[in-house]
Amino acid sequence: MTALSLNKLKTHHAVVDVLSGGNGPDLFFLHGAGGVTAEDPFLTALAQKYRVHAPLLPGYGASDECESIRTMLDFTLHSYDVLDALGLRKPIVVGHSMGGMMAAEMAVIAPHDIDRLCLLCPAGLWLDEYPMPDIFSMVPYELPAVLFHDVEAGAAMMTAGADFSDLTFLQNFLVQNARQLGMAGKILFPIADRGLSERLYRIQAKTLLVWGASDRLTPLPYGEAFKKGIAGSELIVIEKAGHMLPLEQTDSVIQAMDKLK
Amino acid sequence: MKFTWFNLMPWPHLPADFRKKHRSVWVDIDAKLYDPVKGHDVYNQYLDMLEYADAMGYDGIGVNEHHQNAYGLMPSPNIMAAAISRRALNAAVVVLGNSLSLYNPPIRVAEEFAMLDVITGGRLVAGFPVGTSMDTNFCYGDIPALTRERYQEAHDLVRKAWRETEPFAWNGRYTKLRHVNTWPKPIQNPPPIHIPGGGSVETYDFCLDNVYSYSYLSFSGYIRAKALLQGYWDRLAERNEPDASPYRAGFAQTICVAETDAQAEELYSEHVNYFFNRCLHIAPGFADAPGYRTIKTIKSGALSQFSPNFEEASHMSWKDLVEGGFIIAGSPDTVRERMEDLIKGLRVGNIFCLMHVGDMPLEKTKYSTRLFAEKVMPKLRNMWPEYADDTRFWCQPLTKRATPGPVSDYNAAIGGNR
Repeated sequence: MTALSLNKLKTHHAVVDVLSGGNGPDLFFLHGAGGVTAEDPFLTALAQKYRVHAPLLPGYGASDECESIRTMLDFTLHSYDVLDALGLRKPIVVGHSMGGMMAAEMAVIAPHDIDRLCLLCPAGLWLDEYPMPDIFSMVPYELPAVLFHDVEAGAAMMTAGADFSDLTFLQNFLVQNARQLGMAGKILFPIADRGLSERLYRIQAKTLLVWGASDRLTPLPYGEAFKKGIAGSELIVIEKAGHMLPLEQTDSVIQAMDKLK
Repeated sequence: MKFTWFNLMPWPHLPADFRKKHRSVWVDIDAKLYDPVKGHDVYNQYLDMLEYADAMGYDGIGVNEHHQNAYGLMPSPNIMAAAISRRALNAAVVVLGNSLSLYNPPIRVAEEFAMLDVITGGRLVAGFPVGTSMDTNFCYGDIPALTRERYQEAHDLVRKAWRETEPFAWNGRYTKLRHVNTWPKPIQNPPPIHIPGGGSVETYDFCLDNVYSYSYLSFSGYIRAKALLQGYWDRLAERNEPDASPYRAGFAQTICVAETDAQAEELYSEHVNYFFNRCLHIAPGFADAPGYRTIKTIKSGALSQFSPNFEEASHMSWKDLVEGGFIIAGSPDTVRERMEDLIKGLRVGNIFCLMHVGDMPLEKTKYSTRLFAEKVMPKLRNMWPEYADDTRFWCQPLTKRATPGPVSDYNAAIGGNR
């Protein structure tokens, strides 16, 4: 297994953590609202095939909090700041959920700078017929039911090592939650629509959309809406996977990504 | 001492099994539980209570702002304040307050507070809350991590709109206005301002910087509030502020008065129970949106005013609630003693008296209100004689104020020529 290393990177807005490792084509990964760690099984598996670069948003992990990143445009430009600071040119850009929304915005704003894009059940659209559950009003034990195909296994994954009866653990958890979801809320709260649907037409990259068949947070019609919005994009649906499909069906997702090679 | 009669204005018709059958009293509460025809009586009785409190000699009568809930039926406190301002002619009209970041543009607050102050002849006491997370984030969609910045900007704009005598441009991050020139201006400029706080150092400093009174609302009562208000006084001492006037602070307390302690329990117990059992039944996920409170505040260990699970209080006996200080209840003597403890212990000059609680009906509310006004208030009046001249935190009405004309009937209006 290739271990990912954690490095500090100075950007205009903040010093951020970047996980990197592996060999192969450069792959720039943007995590979802739950964040990502060096032990993440999906990133570790990706690093078998790619040179992975996964920055942590300000407020995630040990990345500084950053008050000056407020809007979708700030998030998008910050992602380019990170890309530039890493010295990457036209990596494969992959984003999961909130990270998928950011990756799509990157491809929108500078369509000639990104030629391969993989969006794993990205946020960013809103369909009145399929209102997304409000994750910001959920307490931790309510999350597995909307995030996983296999709710029980998902709950076990989410609570591994957690002891909510330990006050220090609880306070650290609350702080981490406030840091991460506070930041995520800037583009996801109260509705994760910052106008992306009207901009999707600009994307020129070869785009792969990967969706869990039992995604209950952003159900499949969202995938179809993305497909409709991005000319020439392909939608791959993976069985027995919910919104956390990179964790639930890691191999199938990575296999699907071969289409971008 | 300044005593403000306060009513949260809960919906008094929640079913007995509300806690069991419903998820939350706030945000996504079942709309079918509201009945506007019953609501007509509810609002009018609540306004009657406020007017009665004015007649009973309370220094202030108070309203506040909450949204989409059965805990407090005042999405627009200014409408309630306007409704009482021509019938309650003596007390300060205490609007605690307008949640600044929810007004777009926020100069609406500068305008409406000015209107209230002018209509009442300078009887406005104003408040600028951030609003609960339920209200500000979940009902009104304000982005939690940006709420405080938006609030601060709105605050600065409102204060400037009152202060400036020439039109000015406001190029804010959240509000852009080329021509700010609010009419009318308040008589008291600015009116006294009270800030409801929940224990963050930033709010202590905000009050001290601007000479605002810091007020704390806790349904866990005055005994548990001690540490929090002590934090405020410690901060004041640390900053070497010129005085520690108790009028720099206020506290809201549920108070129930009867002839005897036993009668208080008999009369009010069910209504107190209604409040703790039904009105505070908030889905935990709505109590505190991630990003609403600063990291510093969370690290300080302060819990949101609404996040402690009131499960505990909902099972508590009357005796436990009284002894724990959740409520101050009993005979006038009992209540006076406990109030003295509260006032001295917290060092507060402003008391927001929650004399109506839960589904308490009008007559009982009047009874408790009158007993407190006649038998308790006079004995607490001069608890801070050395600060009697501190006028910074209370309204200074015009001495010569207009008297509302009589209510005209049709014949009078047309000159009797029917």
